[in-house]
Amino acid sequence: MKLSGSEIIVQFLQDEGVEYLFGYPGGAVLHIYDELYKQDKIKHILVRHEQGATHAADGYARATGKPGVVLVTSGPGATNAVTGIATAYMDSIPMVIITGQVATQYIGSDAFQEVDSVGITRPCVKHNFLVKRLEDLAETLKKAFYIATTGRPGPVVVDIPKDVTAPNIKIDYKYPEQVFMRSYNPTVKGHPKQAKRAVDLILSAKRPMIYSGGGVILSNAEKELTEFTQYLGCPITNTLMGLGAYPGSDKQFLGMLGMHGTYEANMAMHECDVLIAIGARFDDRVTGDTEKFCPHAQIIHVDIDPSSISKNIPVDIPIVGDVKTVLHGFNDEMKSRKDKPDQKALTKWWDQINQWKAEDCLRFDRNSSLIKPQLVIEKLYEVTGGDAFVTSDVGQHQMFTAQFYKFNKSRRWINSGGLGTMGFGLPAAMGVQLAFPKEQVACVTGEASIQMCIQELSTCMQYELPIKIVNLNNRYMGMVRQWQEFIYESRYSHSYMEALPDFVKLAESYGHIGIQIDKPGDIEDALKEAFGKYKNRLVFLNFITDQSENVYPMIMTGQGHHEMYLSSARGLA
Amino acid sequence: MRHIISILLENESGALSRVAGLFTARGYNIESLTVAPTEDATLSRITLVTRGSEEVIEQITKHLNKLVDVVKLVDLTEGEHIEREMMMIKVRTNGKDREEVKRLTDIFRGRIIDVTDSTYIIELTGNGAKLDAFIKALTAPILETVRSGVAGILRGEKALHT
Repeated sequence: MKLSGSEIIVQFLQDEGVEYLFGYPGGAVLHIYDELYKQDKIKHILVRHEQGATHAADGYARATGKPGVVLVTSGPGATNAVTGIATAYMDSIPMVIITGQVATQYIGSDAFQEVDSVGITRPCVKHNFLVKRLEDLAETLKKAFYIATTGRPGPVVVDIPKDVTAPNIKIDYKYPEQVFMRSYNPTVKGHPKQAKRAVDLILSAKRPMIYSGGGVILSNAEKELTEFTQYLGCPITNTLMGLGAYPGSDKQFLGMLGMHGTYEANMAMHECDVLIAIGARFDDRVTGDTEKFCPHAQIIHVDIDPSSISKNIPVDIPIVGDVKTVLHGFNDEMKSRKDKPDQKALTKWWDQINQWKAEDCLRFDRNSSLIKPQLVIEKLYEVTGGDAFVTSDVGQHQMFTAQFYKFNKSRRWINSGGLGTMGFGLPAAMGVQLAFPKEQVACVTGEASIQMCIQELSTCMQYELPIKIVNLNNRYMGMVRQWQEFIYESRYSHSYMEALPDFVKLAESYGHIGIQIDKPGDIEDALKEAFGKYKNRLVFLNFITDQSENVYPMIMTGQGHHEMYLSSARGLA
Repeated sequence: MRHIISILLENESGALSRVAGLFTARGYNIESLTVAPTEDATLSRITLVTRGSEEVIEQITKHLNKLVDVVKLVDLTEGEHIEREMMMIKVRTNGKDREEVKRLTDIFRGRIIDVTDSTYIIELTGNGAKLDAFIKALTAPILETVRSGVAGILRGEKALHT
């Protein structure tokens, strides 16, 4: 079969099983767009800004586990995509981003819409390619998908000059089923001897604690993690990225840990004697002051990426390997030994944890006449039966959602954890809704974040995506305001959102439904209406919330897990 | 601690910038770096000299290994190895200096590879300390020096190959 470069790209994506392509046309990719026009297997989703394309593909990837695919033009198309690429990179999300490039003879001449896309994206991709020869195109695309989806996943950029996609030059094409790369062999298994040592240590623990992260979800190891945790009967905490990997409503689950983690999760981290870290990377928002981190614990760390091990915190037993395979090994080993940790000690440990739990660290004023953001999330959880896909932007609303929506399934909680990208929520929700058209999808956001990619409301109209936007509108960049209150003596420098649009009218002008909610008593009805009567419509729920509400508990920078602020009234724990 | 990391990588455009970019992005320092294709034209070999604590060096090697273009690497300083650096140095040599510079070059087993009425270019190979010592010993004015940076190889049977 003789095909042109553009035909190869489209044919390859079909052969690779790509369902959706998120993109925006422009000069350097017009040949490719012409080919897309002639087929209907791959559905192209026209976004309103390239950042939206990358977040939408990212949301699709997080919800499905399949790689998200993006097509943008050269120059500004590529630079607009960078934020989304970096977002995916920080959270290890498989994505392939095809960027158009000026024709090879113009590269380096400062041609119209030319930018060094490979150079600009290098620090925020797993790998990238510039395809200079048509003969290399199909194999390079295959390599891109292979690299993006194996090992520790990540985004891969393929930069394709316009002349490589020219319609009149054709070569033989055959779908490359496999690629071999001598320089890329993602390790998977984990060292069996290390696994035995780890199990020895786990079974000898008096106060064991599991701390698991996004790696469990990326590895599809939820079942193995649950089996492991329930066999041991020990407490477990999840990172922001790991929520849902272990059922959030289970009694062994202590909630999220870290800066805004629960009192019980953080205290259990501080007091445990064996810490089992699984697919988590000891991020600074998780550890607090590393000098004060888990002072009594021996640490086991399972991760597929050797560079994540002993990067921030030195560990005692490192195991490099795929989380699913390693956990499977742990479970087999423990079962064959028919051994469990000291049950008496474990009971004592739980007694201690239950005392911390009794502190009820997430309590808030339920009698307030103002809408408390926590209450909105709690009601969202109830109305959706705890079963919705929930995306978020970044800030207070993100933390409230992580604390109050108890995710029982993985891939339901979709947020930008590593990079912390405002503007992520709405386009990510588009990707999720496209992947699961019949499921409930909510985007929890704030009036500051939502405005960063608000133009995507138009995309939602075009593709009739019935997303429910839960806007916690406190007229402030809430998390910035909170830090300014705590650290800068309430000097609210440029964190007040003046001149806000009328969100109800704004939603309506895009052809959607807008509802404003001012009273706590109206929260539930509004949500029910959105998910019931307006099930098939995008509904923008504008909740006017308490401006002064802060996220607690909080570990201030430079403090340890045992030094939490529980509320403005309760002070340091 | 000073470490010499020897890296075998795909001889592809951009591969070197991935290595260099990693060092700037993560705040590691590069003391010297040499790169050239090997006997297999599809592979390049980098010898990179860096300094850092054991923890930092461990992170450097892990991150280098993660780069998709890196085929293999070894920290030469972990074992018996040989390191060499080449220097060309242009000196002003007038009258009585000429004989002295010639003698010094012989002592250091260097070679004079270019001569004019008033200058010599001397070629010298050795480890860094030897080159430094030569520069220190020179009495004639130096016009310019160029050093290749360190190239290194493991002693004995062991080799860095695919």
